[in-house]
Amino acid sequence: MTALAPPAVSSAQTSRSAPAAGGHGRVWWMVLPALIMFAGFGIIPLLGVLGLSFTTWDTLGVIKPSGFDSWHQVLTDPGLPHALWVTFEIMALSWLFQTPVSILIGVFLAGNQRYREFLAVLYFIPLLLSAAAIAITYKALLDPNFGLGAGLGLGILQQNWLGESGLALATVVFVVSWQFIPFHSLIYQGAVRQIPVSMYEAAQLDGAGRVRQFFSITLPQIKYTIILSSTLMVVGSLTFFDLIFVLTEGGPSDATRSLALDMYKTGFQANLMGPACAIATILVVIGLLLALLLRRLGGRGDESQLEGA
Amino acid sequence: MTSVIAPEVGQSAQAEQGQGQPRRRRQPSGERKNWLGGAVGWIWLLIVVIPIYWIVVTSFKTRASYFITNPFLPGKPTLENYKFVIDADFASYFVNSVIVTLGATVPAVIFSFMAAYAIIRGTGGRFLGFTNSIFLLGLAVPLQAVVIPIFLIIIKLRLYDTLLAIILPSIAFAIPLSVLVLSNFIRDVPRELFESMRMDGASEWTMLWRLALPLTRPAIVTVSIYQGLTIWNNFLLPLILIQSPEQRPLPLALWNFQGQYGVNVPAIAASVVLTTLPIIVLYAIGRRQLLSGLTAGFGK
Repeated sequence: MTALAPPAVSSAQTSRSAPAAGGHGRVWWMVLPALIMFAGFGIIPLLGVLGLSFTTWDTLGVIKPSGFDSWHQVLTDPGLPHALWVTFEIMALSWLFQTPVSILIGVFLAGNQRYREFLAVLYFIPLLLSAAAIAITYKALLDPNFGLGAGLGLGILQQNWLGESGLALATVVFVVSWQFIPFHSLIYQGAVRQIPVSMYEAAQLDGAGRVRQFFSITLPQIKYTIILSSTLMVVGSLTFFDLIFVLTEGGPSDATRSLALDMYKTGFQANLMGPACAIATILVVIGLLLALLLRRLGGRGDESQLEGA
Repeated sequence: MTSVIAPEVGQSAQAEQGQGQPRRRRQPSGERKNWLGGAVGWIWLLIVVIPIYWIVVTSFKTRASYFITNPFLPGKPTLENYKFVIDADFASYFVNSVIVTLGATVPAVIFSFMAAYAIIRGTGGRFLGFTNSIFLLGLAVPLQAVVIPIFLIIIKLRLYDTLLAIILPSIAFAIPLSVLVLSNFIRDVPRELFESMRMDGASEWTMLWRLALPLTRPAIVTVSIYQGLTIWNNFLLPLILIQSPEQRPLPLALWNFQGQYGVNVPAIAASVVLTTLPIIVLYAIGRRQLLSGLTAGFGK
């Protein structure tokens, strides 16, 4: 069991140093079941998205090649910039909201309060719920006539949260954050625990206050966690589908019609599979670009983090 | 960050030790409390708990009392909503969800475990390296973006509107992350153990099940819980691949239910509670395992 203690990193060198004592050829087939499954329902569909974007298909008839028609249709449709903008807004706003709150809670949870354990248990619950259940709960909760606001007689809560464009977008961001802030604060909690206490002790002797310590030690030390968490947030937000679909169906008047939703509506509601695949291709490309960009950001000077520790 | 630890600190640290300040590990900043973090933490707790509490309380109200009572007070609790939901074929949706979740999680984890073993143990070989890169690439492929070709493949396989239609893509999309996590754990099994087992004449297949499996069991449990949860909660695949009501898994049934009984909020609340309850129970059982596994997976 002890061998399992540091799972993610290290010990690769120790076990790697000796060349394997034969048997290379005898294990390769063990990857086959996983490879076949993933190729069949992951890689082929990925290529299929690109391929189908050059065809016409309405889910019932035959698939006919149609050149760049779908692309032309998608790229000249004003719906695309709008969906891109909505996606970007949701991404940026949820990052801006989730990151500071998650870091604050993470740092707090890393302390040794008695109730820390209790809080961590409750914080985790939203992660267990399905996006459909969360969206349905919030839809009822935010109902301007019969929801929480009306029940409490609080005018401030009694808004048409999902019925007005600006509010609906903010509500989506909030509900997404409701689901994921607990997750990110747990990641930050783990990261803060890794920071050596000696650094804080030394800083304290130098007379550095709480705030100073936070900005001079905590933040730089969890830099890579911030990048990891941001990558998950940003790339994840690109694919929010179920929550927005159930909560607003993209409305009111397309105010929350993100790219993933746009693809679904174009494909499965308007039966335009070719254009939907073009949108999906754009989604994949943006996702890969963002992942690469964030990796570039985090990739430089990986060693410096270890130096500090 | 290094500027904070000035070299001369070393000496003064020794002086400070004498003052009987215990070296508390998890309170980095000494006596100074993190008021801001604490405030945000407790406020967020309220934000997390209020909707959950509200939905539970509402689920015990009658339709009539829902509109007139204080949303936070239970009033006269009734079980009629639960009876209503259970009568609406809840059991069969539940069974569908169990079939899909087990049917996808178990093969996904077994396949991933075998693949991870091969990738770690079968050194050299361009094929295994290539496979590993495919899986790593797979981490960046969102399911949402490839559902249309999946839909097409499922139709061509004549599996549309069957539970297998959800199971097969679910297996595929559980593989990349599972392989990554499991291979990190298998890599940590000391090589000597494999070698001594080989001396005893064990085949790779035996070593896979008799050595690697027991030693990586915590990781396997964690990966299974995580993937099981993801598959249980999946909404998109059932939405596009299932048509008939009797094949619906819970999240899709929930959504349909909401569309049908939109005004009956207490009944909707009861259905949300019922669909969530099994996961909460499992979480209560496997919480430590899940949390320790997750933090280990993300810890740097």
